[in-house]
Amino acid sequence: MLRPFIVAAAGLFAIASAALAQDNIKIAVVGPMAFTQGENAWAGAEMARDEINKQGGIAVGGKKLKIELVRVDSNEIQSVSDATNAMERAITREKADFVIGGFRSEAVLAMQEVAMDYKKIFLGCGAADAKLGANVEKSYDRYKYWFRVSPLNSPGLGKTLFAVLGSIAGQIRADLKKETPKVAILAEKVIWTEAIVKAAQANLPQMKMEVVGLWQPSPVATDVTAELAAIDRAGADLVFTALSGPVGIVVARQMGERKMRAVTFGINVEAQKDGFWEATAGKGNGVATLDTYAEVEMTPKMIPFFKAFKERFHKSPTYNAGTYDAIDLLKIAIEKAGTTQADKLVPVIEKETYVGTGAILEFDKAHDPVWGIGKYTGIAVQWQNGKKVPFWPQQVKGMQKFGLPGES
Amino acid sequence: MFQDILVTGLVNGSAYALLAIGFSLIFGVARIVNIAHTAFYMLAAYCFYALLVRGGLGVLLSGLVAVSSVTLLSLVCYRLVIEPVRQHEAAVLISTIALALIFQETVLRLFGGNYLGIPSAIEGVAHVFGIAIPWQRLLILIIALAMLVSIWFLLHRTRLGLAIRATANDLEVASLMGMDVNRVAMATVAISVALAAVAGVSVAPVFVVDPFMWLSPLVTVLSVVVLGGLGSIQGSVIGALVIGYVEAITVFVLPQGAFLKGAVALSIMVVVLLVRPEGLFGVAFEEER
Repeated sequence: MLRPFIVAAAGLFAIASAALAQDNIKIAVVGPMAFTQGENAWAGAEMARDEINKQGGIAVGGKKLKIELVRVDSNEIQSVSDATNAMERAITREKADFVIGGFRSEAVLAMQEVAMDYKKIFLGCGAADAKLGANVEKSYDRYKYWFRVSPLNSPGLGKTLFAVLGSIAGQIRADLKKETPKVAILAEKVIWTEAIVKAAQANLPQMKMEVVGLWQPSPVATDVTAELAAIDRAGADLVFTALSGPVGIVVARQMGERKMRAVTFGINVEAQKDGFWEATAGKGNGVATLDTYAEVEMTPKMIPFFKAFKERFHKSPTYNAGTYDAIDLLKIAIEKAGTTQADKLVPVIEKETYVGTGAILEFDKAHDPVWGIGKYTGIAVQWQNGKKVPFWPQQVKGMQKFGLPGES
Repeated sequence: MFQDILVTGLVNGSAYALLAIGFSLIFGVARIVNIAHTAFYMLAAYCFYALLVRGGLGVLLSGLVAVSSVTLLSLVCYRLVIEPVRQHEAAVLISTIALALIFQETVLRLFGGNYLGIPSAIEGVAHVFGIAIPWQRLLILIIALAMLVSIWFLLHRTRLGLAIRATANDLEVASLMGMDVNRVAMATVAISVALAAVAGVSVAPVFVVDPFMWLSPLVTVLSVVVLGGLGSIQGSVIGALVIGYVEAITVFVLPQGAFLKGAVALSIMVVVLLVRPEGLFGVAFEEER
């Protein structure tokens, strides 16, 4: 007797759910939410969501769809399998239409597979490993749903690193009268640093710099006194770093404690964070790293975004806040394509030239951002007396001078 | 390079010794393999951070409060978690793993996963054999030596020490002689965790404080105690120095393989387990008891 009513109610519920779902576009923000990287990914996404929803949402087929964010803690710093489970959950249980974020290359590679299985557009905002893009080139039909919004891929990061290194080496030659600066390479042993290390070993001698050695601590090493003593003994003028883990803090702090004469530059993800100065107990003076955001005019949107982010979250954005650009890019693509269907959005994103907060994005065949001054290079910053000072590209308005030891 | 290895190995080895002797002591006396040992070390580091950096208390007061509160917590944990299952070694092992994970997750919720730094108690650098060593690292060495002497004094010159050694020698006979072996075990837990807490407070200013900082030293401590002989304090000290030196040699001789220093320590543990399961001082350990 009741059966027809139950069936009818279930049908109505299904229709209502579908109608409700059409009012929203669900975007899963995946990241290690207990850590700065995840916090920034979520913060950037929140800013984009609030701005877009305030304007009514994303226009699709005559309707304005609001953005709904789903916070997905991948715990990827600790566990790659947790990350793949989180991605699976975001797509199957949370029914996310799009996925953005990710941080650790090993985890993002695994999450990429899950997202591609479900043909979901996954806009990366954290991992640099070139293989993520190489997958797109190698097997386009499977991996075409992947795009990297931030950071540059590791060869791209390498290009910026060598451009900045060239500039610092020039300053060492001029100020310290050293024709062939000695460089120690200090890179944590993980996959994203492999290409950078190889490139450094090949390029630095061509740039008239002598490589005095390669040291590869664990990304979670708590002590690098032995490495630093060896670097000191090798007479390095410059320590070229490729560090994403807590070892970046240990290196900076112990170099400060030892009062090493060498200056550091490279990638030090921990040095991109506002908390770096406190984490090194004020010993990180002079540490320089690639970064994405500062109060400089890299793009017309950077300064307003930087200020708004700082005002809302009381901290500077890291490159993981590229989720802001990822959502804005999705909005533009969806509105141009007039649909949320992944297969129709991919060619639109591929052709887009997007002026973002951190860079001007154009995608190459690997769906990686195209590197170039005026497009996407990133910036270089140096910690000077407790403040993060941007110093490269020098032609950009707001850049300051890189400080050599004794100067900063 | 020789001087570098000599000094670096000694300083790092002394920090490992601080952790390893506590781990070994509690096993020797109560047959408790306390996996949460280094988690107490992590808790002490966080407690020290909270009191010193956020609370603004002085270094000495923060250190004392951190060590005392973590030691008290260990007694509560012993009563509630370990004592009820003490007769079952596997259950003790699992309980202490659970305890460590509870501590880790609690700290993660309270402080987040970001890496924290603590200012050094003594700033500046000393030059030993032409090697620049921060004073804070030398302080670790001094604290480790002081703790070792204190433990020796406690075990060999006090009634409690006598009771601990008697219980370690033969638990059943000690019990039959009227000793309260549970209280002795509890006192040993407190001493053992206090040593871990002292290690946490003294190394926190040179390391990075994070909720997962207990995992890496746990592996090292296991290698040290297996190498030295589980339960032997003398073996733990020598094992700690051996591991400290092996790690330093790995980094200096094989700079590109610096990340392997943990693996080298583990390999030593595996080799010792295969060749001499009782450890280097297994026999001495029996005599020592």
